[in-house]
Formats: sequence, C-alpha cells, structure tokens
Amino acid sequence: MEAKTTDLTVQSARGLLKRDAMTQGLQYLTFNLAGEQYGVDILKVQEIRGWAPVTRMPNMPAFVRGVMNLRGAIVPVIDLRLRFELEAMEYTKITVVIVVTVRSATGSRVVGVVVDGVSDVLNVEGAEIQPPPDFGTAVNTEFISGLVTAEEGMVMLLDVDRLLSVEEMFALETARPPESVAAA
Amino acid sequence: MAIDIGQFVQTFFEESFEGLDIMEAGLLALEPGTTADLEQINTIFRAAHSIKGGSGTFGFRDVTDFTHLMETLLDRMREGRMAVTHETVNTLLEARDCLQEMLVAARENVPVDAVRVQGLQERLSRLLEAEPANKDAADSEPVFATKLPPTQPVGWRIQFRPYPQLMHSGNDPVRMFRELADLGELTVRADTSRLPQLAELQPEDCYLSWELELRGVATYESVAEVFAWVEGDCDLSIEPLAEASAAPEPTAGKTADAAAESPAPGPAPDPGVGQEGQQGELLLERRKGEERRKGERRVGPPTAADSGSIRVGIDKVDTVVNLVGELVTTQSMLSALGEDFDMSRLDKLHEALDQLDRNTRDLQEQVMRIRMLPVNSVFSRFPRMVHDISGKLGKQVELRISGEQTELDKTVIEKIGDPLVHLIRNSLDHGLESIDERVQAGKPETGVIALNAYHKSGSIFIEVSDDGRGLNRDALLRKGLDVGLLRAGEDYSDEQIYDLIFHPGLSTAKQISDVSGRGVGMDVVRRNIQDVGGSIQIVSRPGRGTQITICLPLTLAILDGQLVTVGQDCYIIPLLSIIESVQIQAGSVHRVAGRGEVLRFRGRHLPILRLYELFGAAEAQTDLEKGLLVVVEADGRQVGLFVDDLQGQQQVSIKSLEKNFRRVPGVAGATILGDGRVGLILDISGLIRINQAVI
Repeated sequence: MEAKTTDLTVQSARGLLKRDAMTQGLQYLTFNLAGEQYGVDILKVQEIRGWAPVTRMPNMPAFVRGVMNLRGAIVPVIDLRLRFELEAMEYTKITVVIVVTVRSATGSRVVGVVVDGVSDVLNVEGAEIQPPPDFGTAVNTEFISGLVTAEEGMVMLLDVDRLLSVEEMFALETARPPESVAAA
Repeated sequence: MAIDIGQFVQTFFEESFEGLDIMEAGLLALEPGTTADLEQINTIFRAAHSIKGGSGTFGFRDVTDFTHLMETLLDRMREGRMAVTHETVNTLLEARDCLQEMLVAARENVPVDAVRVQGLQERLSRLLEAEPANKDAADSEPVFATKLPPTQPVGWRIQFRPYPQLMHSGNDPVRMFRELADLGELTVRADTSRLPQLAELQPEDCYLSWELELRGVATYESVAEVFAWVEGDCDLSIEPLAEASAAPEPTAGKTADAAAESPAPGPAPDPGVGQEGQQGELLLERRKGEERRKGERRVGPPTAADSGSIRVGIDKVDTVVNLVGELVTTQSMLSALGEDFDMSRLDKLHEALDQLDRNTRDLQEQVMRIRMLPVNSVFSRFPRMVHDISGKLGKQVELRISGEQTELDKTVIEKIGDPLVHLIRNSLDHGLESIDERVQAGKPETGVIALNAYHKSGSIFIEVSDDGRGLNRDALLRKGLDVGLLRAGEDYSDEQIYDLIFHPGLSTAKQISDVSGRGVGMDVVRRNIQDVGGSIQIVSRPGRGTQITICLPLTLAILDGQLVTVGQDCYIIPLLSIIESVQIQAGSVHRVAGRGEVLRFRGRHLPILRLYELFGAAEAQTDLEKGLLVVVEADGRQVGLFVDDLQGQQQVSIKSLEKNFRRVPGVAGATILGDGRVGLILDISGLIRINQAVI
C-alpha cells in the first residue's frame, strides 16, 4: 500500500489566496468530477489526501468504497462518481480524497469523498450565488445549494451536510435489504 | 475575610442526593406494623438532618423548612411515639421524592412545584397532629421530644463517656461543658474510676467520663449540637429530666460502668402534666463503626442524575499509579538500550520489549477497571419501583437482588438501565399474578422477582426472573399467526415462539400505559442490548415463571482477536467466541433443508457460513476442503465460519463504526491493525442472525 499522500491542508490552500483574504465573502474549494466543476464550503474541508487503498466494507452500496485510517479515526470513504451514478473511473495520480466534516442531527462526522481532482479555492460574494437549476444537471438538485459563474465556467456548490447524511445515502435501505446477502 | 461557601454548594448537592438515596433505602426497609429497628430510623433521620443543616447553611430556606417536618416525624418514630404505618412510610417516601425535586430545582435555579410542596407539607403536618399523645400542631421550631408533652423538659441528664482517643482530634470536654453551661444551669459529676496509675497514664488519652445535669429551657437539639463534633468518639446519652419518677432504665450497650447510672432526684413538679407518657429512654449510641464506614466510602454509585463523573476507589487509582511508574522504568531501560545499540544486546532488547508488553497490558487492564462500577448503581432504583408498582397493582412482591457488586463498564451500565426497568415492569404487570390467583394456583401469596448478576467466561450475565404465570405460548402463537410473522401449519419450537415478544407488532407495552410506560417495547429493549454488543434470551415455563437472561460484554473497548483472511480482506474474530478451527474433510458436508450447509462434526450438525459469500469478497477460496472452518459460538448457538486462512492473534482496541458512519450488519466495530490498515471486527451473533434470515 502506498502511504504517499499529498496533504494539502486547508491552511496552505488559504495561503494560496492570501491576496483575497480581505474580501468579505464565502470561500469554496472547487473540484472536478466527470468534467463538471463543483464546490464545497471550505470551512467544512478538514484536509485533502491522495487516494490510498481503503478497507472494504461488506454489503454496502457500491459508492461506499470502504473505511480508512485517518490518524487513528475510522473514516468512511464515498466515491462521488458512483454516488451520483455517473460512470466509474480508474483512479489516477491526481485522484484525491477530500475529507469533510458533516453536521447531522446526532453531531458531526468525518467523511472522505473521492473526486477526480481539486482545482482552486474560490472566493464568492453571497450575491453572486444563483439558485440551482431545476433540471439539466447530472446531480440531484437537492444537494446543490447554488450556482456560481467562475472563470473556468459554472461551479455547482454542494451542500455536503445533505449529500453525505446517513439518511440520504441509505434512503433505500428501509425499502430493501442491503445488496447481495449471500447470493449463492 | 469572608469565605466563599459557594464553592462547596456542589458538594452539598452531591451529598444530599446520596442522603436521599439512603433515606429511600431506609424507608423501604421499614416494615410497617412491626416495631421499627431504631438504628434504621436513626439512619434515615440523620440523612434528613444533614440535608436540613446543609440547606440552612447555603440559604435554601424552603428545603430547610420542609426537611424539618420530615425530621420531626422521623424523630417521633424513633422515640416510639409514632407508629410505623403504611401511611407514614408512604408519606415520607413521597416527601422524600418532593425533597429531591426541591433540591434539583435549587441546584438548577428553577422554580419548584409549589403546589406539590404545599400538599406534602400539609400531609406531614396532619400526621404530626394526629399523634394521639401530642397536642402540638407542627410548628416551625424544633421541639425535640420530651416524654411529657406538651411541656418543655425541665432539663437534661447527659451521660458522656468519651473514648480514650477523643482528645486526639483536638476536642476538649471542658470546652464542651462551657458551651453547655451557656445553655442553662449545669452540674457536672466526673467519674474518675478509669484513671490508671500516673506512671501508665497517657497524657493525651481521656480516661474520664461524666454525668451532667443541665437545667433550663434548652432544647434537645442545642444540647446535642454541643456534642456534634465527637459523635463517633463517645458514648452519649441525653435524657430529659423529669420530676419525681422511677429510675430510668440503665443505658444499654457499652457503658457497663456503675458510676454512670445514678438517677437524678426529681425537680419541682411540672405544672400541666396531664398525660402519662412513658418514661422511655432516649438512648443515642453513636456507634463509631458506622461513622467510620460512612467516611470511608469506596467505590460508590454515581449521583442521581448522570453527572458525567465517576467515583473511583483509591485502591484502583493507586494500582494505576504504580503501573505507570513501572512503565516509566521500562521506557528508560529501552532508552538506555537504544543509545548504544548493537546486535550483541539484542537479547536485552527482547527482554525489555517483553516487559513493555506486560506493563502495557497490565496498565490497560487497570485503567479499564476504573470505568467499572458495581451494577448496584442500576439495581438500587428497583426496590423503590417494585414497592410502588406492587402497591399500585395490589400485588405482593418481594424483590431479591444478588450479585449487585458485579462490576460493569460505566457506559454499559447506563445503557441497560432502561431495558431492565422495562423487564421488571413486565414481570410485575404481566408475569406475576394477583394474590388470589396465586393462592388458587397453590403458590405463596408473595410473588418473587429475582435479579442476579454474575461474571462468566468474559461476559456479564444479568438474570431477571419471576415465579409468575410464565409466557402464554398459545396466545403468542396465535398472535404470531395473526400478524403474519408465523406460518400456519409449521412446527415452531418454544424458543422461536417466545422470541416473538421481541417483535414490535407484538409488544404488549401499549396496553398498560401507566405501569409499563414510556413506550419502550421489548423490541427496543433488545435493540438497546444489542447496541452494546449484548444479547437477550428468554426461558419460560407456563404457570411456573419466566427467566430473562441478558449477556453483556465486560468492556466495550478492547478485544483479543484472531485475524483471518477472506479473499483480499482481513477480518477479526473475537477470540472469546472461537471454540476451535478445523479443516473440512471430504464428504462430511451435507445440505439440510431449511438449514443450509452443515458439517457433521462431533456428532452434531454445524451450520456453515461461507464468509466470502456473505461479504461479497473477491478472489476468495471457494472450495470448502481447501480453506479453514472456524467454529464460533454466540447466544448459545454454534456456527462454522469458512475462511481462507488464519493469520495472527492480536489485541485490538475497538473503534465504533457508528461515530463517522453507521452500524454495519455483521460487523461489531473496526480497529487499526499493525500495518495501519483498518480491520473489521466480526459480530458473531449478528452473523448468525443474518445467516438464519437467509436460509
């Protein structure tokens, strides 16, 4: 197992944009996923790691890749492509895991999310955020908190608390049992 | 300089809540109708007295006033002037509950339910008034009993016999007598009979005893207070002085000394004495041992509300401190070795590493024990509950508790409280029959509920059993068929039918809203227990009773595990669950209808669980004869887990998956393996359940 990671901490990410530190606004970490750009609230991002093999968990939906050891804590790793039911992709050198803190009714949890690659930290004024479109996106619009136009194009801002809430991810659980219990 | 007593308020509350527990236990132990055990009432009285005193110090006036009423009532009871009846005991119990509320309100600084307080005050007052021999209405100043109501005593006779070490703690009898002299007219007679020869005299010991007479209008309380500091270090008796009367009975107990016995001549006759109250005695023997015992309280239960703190016995802390010391020694040894290391010192390195292993293990074990509390902290609330509910239901119930000192991890204790309450309520409500029914069935009138806790093979077992009517197999079967959980025409074992009571649709809790309250059904009970890694089983015999056994892990945090590989994945099986590992011989596997694959093993049929199938593992060994079968046991059932291979054994610390993720069926938790990977720990009972569901 390769232990090499590219640990881009939030601090250094912010450091990249020190010149914008004075703006009042929100900051989003943007990343690529299947050709689209998405953003997450940078305050929720704990760290960014390179992809490393994780321990598989039995009978979980495909988008749950498994769990990893984050300095002693057991953190689940979700593949966002599979979560959005997009085409799966081979992991490359620039595939990263964004570790986010998710707030839920029961407290806060730490979850890792696999994306194609990270881009920049975006500074956004509240006024620049447009409401999400009703259709035409690959992603269920419930998880999109807004839309921003940046230099490279449109960035869809994700609501991680909803996206990664346990209830959402396993909403189908109550309807049917976990996949493939001993399919002989 | 004013001392800020605010810092001590917390302690006052903690101690008061403990005092309330003592009062409750004491009150429950009082048997109405019989002559009460003096010492018992004394205990309750003292607890109330402390609360009263403390609340006065900290300015909780309403608590003081309220407790005073209770105290007066208790005092009359211990003098024998008030009978111990159901009514008095129940009123006191309710008053105690109210007092608890008042203390909580005081602590949280919220208003208290004044209506309730008022109501209880009235009831207490009425009881005090109803005293036939006493014309006093309950008043607010402490009128401690005289034997000759309604007058004040003319004085007190005090027999004071200090133990030799009284003066060691700085107490001085002379000073105490001076205080007494302030209260009235004091005459003192010293008994010097125990003085030894000068050469043998220990100057710091007290050999004297005294008989004092205090005449005046001093109250009993003020006299007793003078001696408050030396309660545990003397024999003390304070009796009211009467006018002409027979000699008081000799003081019982330790004072066998003749000199202490002379009765006082009666003073001028008291006007207005019409009643003929007995000339009984007020003998207060402060027993040394009792006070000592209270002061030395070791591992006690946590305070009423879950305060997030724990009381730990000093011995446990000492052990940990010692072990850390040893650990430090080992560490410096390793340090020294590391400085100038070469291969010739390899042996020493191994030795030191072994020692480190031992130290760490010991330390870990001891630290875990700190979180262990006796299960009594959960059991202690049940006597009261049984008392109240059996009263309400009109049944006679005896609660037998054993093994209450068995220790459990604090988190586990917190989680099983509610399930146990539910189980006992069920027994009270549904299990035990009414008195008439029991008599008809030839059973003793008093039903028995037994609570037992014990350790066995690395787990804790808690049994709740009753000698009631047992589970109604037929009724359950019918309900199961009605609801569709059972199929008609099939033959079900008793176990399977009793298991039905754990299904949500069949919970009977809904029927009785008051007694079985909170909407906690048996399904929630079982889930709560499974959540802490435990299991629950029922055994029942119609007409004879029911026994529910809960099995809980001793600790939630550490596990000895066996690593196994299934395909690419590595799993950990708790060592305690493993019976043995075998290789499957050709031809010994059969397929049984309704049970899947089984291995003929030692005359039994062992179901086989192909883990690679269950877990969807890739590239795993599928040929039964080429892998290994690990025979495991849980919930009294055995199963064989088919794996590729065994790896090593390791002690692992259990990390919950639910912290960042959720519960995964079949997985009890996760851990970090030696190489940094995450290993999944298997939940054996869970696996067995999954397997059964699939078949």
